[in-house]
Order: sequence, then structure tokens, then C-alpha cells
Amino acid sequence: MEIPLSYYLVLSGILFTCGVLGFLIKRNIITIFMSIELMLNGVNLSFVAYAAHWHALSGQVFVFFVMVVAAAESAVGLAIIIAVYRTRETLNVDQVNLLKL
Amino acid sequence: MAGAVNLLVQSHPINSALSLIVVMASLAAEYLLLGAEFVAAVQVIVYAGAIMVLFLITIMLLNAGKEVRSKGSHVATLLGVPGVTIGALLVGWTLVGRSSTTQLVSIGALWGDPKSIARLLFHDFLLPFEVTSVLILIAIMGAVVLASRPEAIARDPRKDQ
Repeated sequence: MEIPLSYYLVLSGILFTCGVLGFLIKRNIITIFMSIELMLNGVNLSFVAYAAHWHALSGQVFVFFVMVVAAAESAVGLAIIIAVYRTRETLNVDQVNLLKL
Repeated sequence: MAGAVNLLVQSHPINSALSLIVVMASLAAEYLLLGAEFVAAVQVIVYAGAIMVLFLITIMLLNAGKEVRSKGSHVATLLGVPGVTIGALLVGWTLVGRSSTTQLVSIGALWGDPKSIARLLFHDFLLPFEVTSVLILIAIMGAVVLASRPEAIARDPRKDQ
């Protein structure tokens, strides 16, 4: 059973577009963060699809690195969110408009 | 099969973490179909396990409620709608133009067994691997410093005794 490569790429593009839309539309900072994760997942899918297409294993290693960086990024980002919530008492990005207190 | 996954992912709203978990799980299934077993396992462990637990803990910790709707700027609407239309037209035109020459990927095409991945990871990509470990260490320390209360850092522990 064979599946065209473009299906995977279209699915990856849809995931990435959903992430971009969520990033632009949503006003909750946690949801914005989740849409960033969605974008990373879309890119990962295209990495694996191309790795399968070219029979190259290094694409999977890149996916591994992307996941590691995403984990580090989400840890730091959620810590920043917690710190922002402590000082601002809000999660709405419209109300977080000053860098200083 | 890819179409079913496609539909499932397409119709989901991104506004909740649970749907994100569904996306992660279906992506892991997709990686399994492609034959990338190692990546599928890492996807389940790292994304569906660690990152989603982090998200859920943060959501519960801050007890995030319904988000407040707010109007975007007018300029963004004016510029964005034509931009999105043009972009969608471009992508659609490219897909239609190239669809005759599309290549096929057979299911299970990838020999994604952990042994060869480990050989690649620890021989060719050894330096990036070590750099990532340093990155993870810095991220852990940064997360702890950022998330802890400021007075807990400023307080001298010797005076507490």
C-alpha cells in the first residue's frame, strides 16, 4: 500500500496552518503556546515523511532534536507564563503589554 | 488511512489541550505507519507524556478559565484577508500543478529501528547531541529560577535556621 508523499505534506501544512491561526487568533497565552507546539508537530511530520521518501535516516534524528528543543522551550515558556501570572494576575495577552511592572 | 487521520486532525479545535493530545497520538500512529518506530515512541513519551503533562499542570495551577474575546486591529483584518486568500490560491495552484508528478511513499518504508538511529546519533550527530544536553540543563535551571517565587530566591537560607 502506497500513499503519495503530497498527502503527508498537505497534512503537515494543515497542522502548521492551524498552529499559525491559533497563534494569531487566540488570546490565552497558554493556548498560544500550544499552537506553537502544533506548528512544531507539523514540521516534524514533514521531516519524517521526507525521511521516508529519501530513505535517509538523518531526518528522524532531526525530529529527535526538534522534540528535545521543544521540550526545553515548553519548560522555560511555561515557567515564564507562571511568572507573568504571578505578577499580572492575568493570562490575556492583551493585558500584558508592558515589560516592566 | 492518511485521509482518516487528516480528517480527524482537520476538524479539531485547537482551543483545548486534550485535542492537542489527540493530535499527538494520531501523529505517533502516523509515524508508526511510516515505519519510524523510534520517532513514534519518542513522540508518545516526550510530547504526549512530558509536554502535555506540563501544559495540564500549568492550566490547573493557574486555573485558566474562558478566554476573553477581543477585537484585533483593523489594519490586520484589511491586510490579512487578501493575504490569506492569495496564499491559499498559491498553495492550491502549486498542488494542482504538481500533483501529477507526485511520488509515492510506501507504508513502512523507513527502517527506523533504534540501532541504526543510535549509530547515526552517536557518530555523525555527536556534537549536536552534547550541545542539546547542555541546552536541556540550562532550560531546567532557567525554568526553576523563573517559576520559583522571587522572595524564595532573595531570602538567605542561613537566616531561616
